Amino acid sequence: MAYSVKTLKLLYQMMLRIRICEESFIEPILNREILCPVHLYTGEEAVAVGVCANLEKKDKIFGSHRSHGHYLAKGGDLKELIAEVYCRGNGCSRGRGGSMHVISPETGMLGSAPIVGGTISLALGASLACSIQNDQSVAVSFFGDGASGEGVLWECVNFASLKKLPIIFVCENNFYSTHMPIDEIRANRNIYEAAKAFDIFSKQADGNNVLEVYDITKMAVDICRRGEGPCFIEARTYRMRGHVGPDDNIQGSHTDIRPKKEIEIWAMKDPITNFEEYLIANCIVDSEELTAVKEREKELISALHVEIKSTNKPGGKEELYKYVFKD
Amino acid sequence: MSLKINERKLNYGLAINEALSQMMECDKGIILIGQGVKSPWYVGQTCKDLVAKFGEDRVIDTPVSENAMTGAAVGVALSGMKAIAVHPRIDFLLYAIDPIINEAANWYYMNGGKLSVPVVFWPIINRGGEQGAQHSQALHAMFAHIPGLKVVMPADAYSAKGLMVSAIRDPNPVVYIDDRWLYGEISDVPEEIYDVPIGKARLVAEGEDITVIAVSYMVKEAELALYELKELDIRVELIDIRTVKPLDVESIIKSVSKTKKALVVDCGWKSFGISSEISSIINENCFDLLKHPVRRLALPDCPAPASSELEKEYYISKKDIIREIRNILR
Repeated sequence: MAYSVKTLKLLYQMMLRIRICEESFIEPILNREILCPVHLYTGEEAVAVGVCANLEKKDKIFGSHRSHGHYLAKGGDLKELIAEVYCRGNGCSRGRGGSMHVISPETGMLGSAPIVGGTISLALGASLACSIQNDQSVAVSFFGDGASGEGVLWECVNFASLKKLPIIFVCENNFYSTHMPIDEIRANRNIYEAAKAFDIFSKQADGNNVLEVYDITKMAVDICRRGEGPCFIEARTYRMRGHVGPDDNIQGSHTDIRPKKEIEIWAMKDPITNFEEYLIANCIVDSEELTAVKEREKELISALHVEIKSTNKPGGKEELYKYVFKD
Repeated sequence: MSLKINERKLNYGLAINEALSQMMECDKGIILIGQGVKSPWYVGQTCKDLVAKFGEDRVIDTPVSENAMTGAAVGVALSGMKAIAVHPRIDFLLYAIDPIINEAANWYYMNGGKLSVPVVFWPIINRGGEQGAQHSQALHAMFAHIPGLKVVMPADAYSAKGLMVSAIRDPNPVVYIDDRWLYGEISDVPEEIYDVPIGKARLVAEGEDITVIAVSYMVKEAELALYELKELDIRVELIDIRTVKPLDVESIIKSVSKTKKALVVDCGWKSFGISSEISSIINENCFDLLKHPVRRLALPDCPAPASSELEKEYYISKKDIIREIRNILR
């Protein structure tokens, strides 16, 4: 497939933004300036970016506990994301949700939640709405390999197939559900094969290769817009950080989960570094330009942290009861 | 201005049907989803003719996948439409607790008011007839416990229609629980669309001697008790709470302040139930006025039995209500 320079640059810039944003949380987490649980997306950027680059504003997505990347890739506001992770009143969920509840309805990011598999059925409903309203929009459900252990996923895949709904199930298989390696929780680690049982388009993608994710999603979106959905994509990737926070869950450390060697192998497959090499090799950008983009992004995000830290968290009884019910 | 007296009678099941039909007619953005919407076997007359009127795109009979289907209703509601998710037996809805409690009830709050969930969860209590423990439960207390959910339980046809209209119009998740034992109840039901406000109780009968606060089908049994007690010159004030949450605390306090005695009758279990809640509210607000401790009648802490002989022991009837009231007034 041929890609426009504009598309390639956008893919890169968004992956970079997500990476720098995610890594920028580490210091304030360690300093206890950020208190809520933060599940970093570092290492998995190519999935959110490759998928969302195919979506339009009218398309709807739902995320999981690890959804900063989905939110940003769908167009969510950077400052509101960072503010939410600090649980500030100007955060995207006004400090009521924290890192695990990011939302941006105006861009079609309809929410995220840490109940494993909890938003898959919500995305199914969104696709049902797309189908009834017949506006050629699609819904995307992002979830991890852990969610493949939830019965609701397969209930949703069956119903979507039955009704030919425009939904793309994106399983980010990072081979760990919290502390459990995939081979200890699944009889078959090829999750996309399970989806094939429902007679739908189901593919495995190298989730660290943004162009491969982009291409497969493009096919899936076309299928869904033609009314021939649903589709299932298993994107194999790896979280470079641990399950939650900056702890990398390395064997021998107190969380003692992942072999150091395994982490090193995946570091070689870093989606951003590899894409940089691709861009340079194809003369899309040069290394100076890349350095400049990185610096710019770091400065921007760093300035946002400073600004947000000076704002207040919502507090007090009156604030507590806001938003229980809509009037 | 003369009041037009409406004499059109309708049964409870058809009153719900009319609410659904009229609301779906007015708003093409409303869908109905759940098992058995095509089948009177499941939902009585409540969904009569809806598929024919609105098509299978908007009236969706589903696989036995309660979790996914209920979550889909929530997702529809998050996408600019409104959804009604019916469960012909409330027992099966336990598979769908996650989308109801974790997702729908919390969504508006945990997203700082960005997106509300205009969804109606409509589980039906369907019990008796030796159906046993998994076909008989009344679980309203469990939902009423959850912040972010409203819970309504109409006991007459008029309220059944009006509360369904209000539940659909509400921008928040509403759990609408009806009881198959009420489906034959007939009352005046205006033909036009009207609402019964959520959070407002119904004063069924005025009396001086004692306040009976009843929930759902228990209102029916209490009404029967009330007629017999009248013969004994006992004047009962009967309140149908209609909305379990938010409770109409004001109406309860007003009545108990007058009668100074209260009996709460619930169709659910006694421990940690609605009767405990109402009793506490009365004690917190009317303690100095009470002439007798608040009494409660509710299901024993026991699963529903199958044997019809045991069922007689298990369910609360007008006889229990009469006996309890006479004890209080003795």
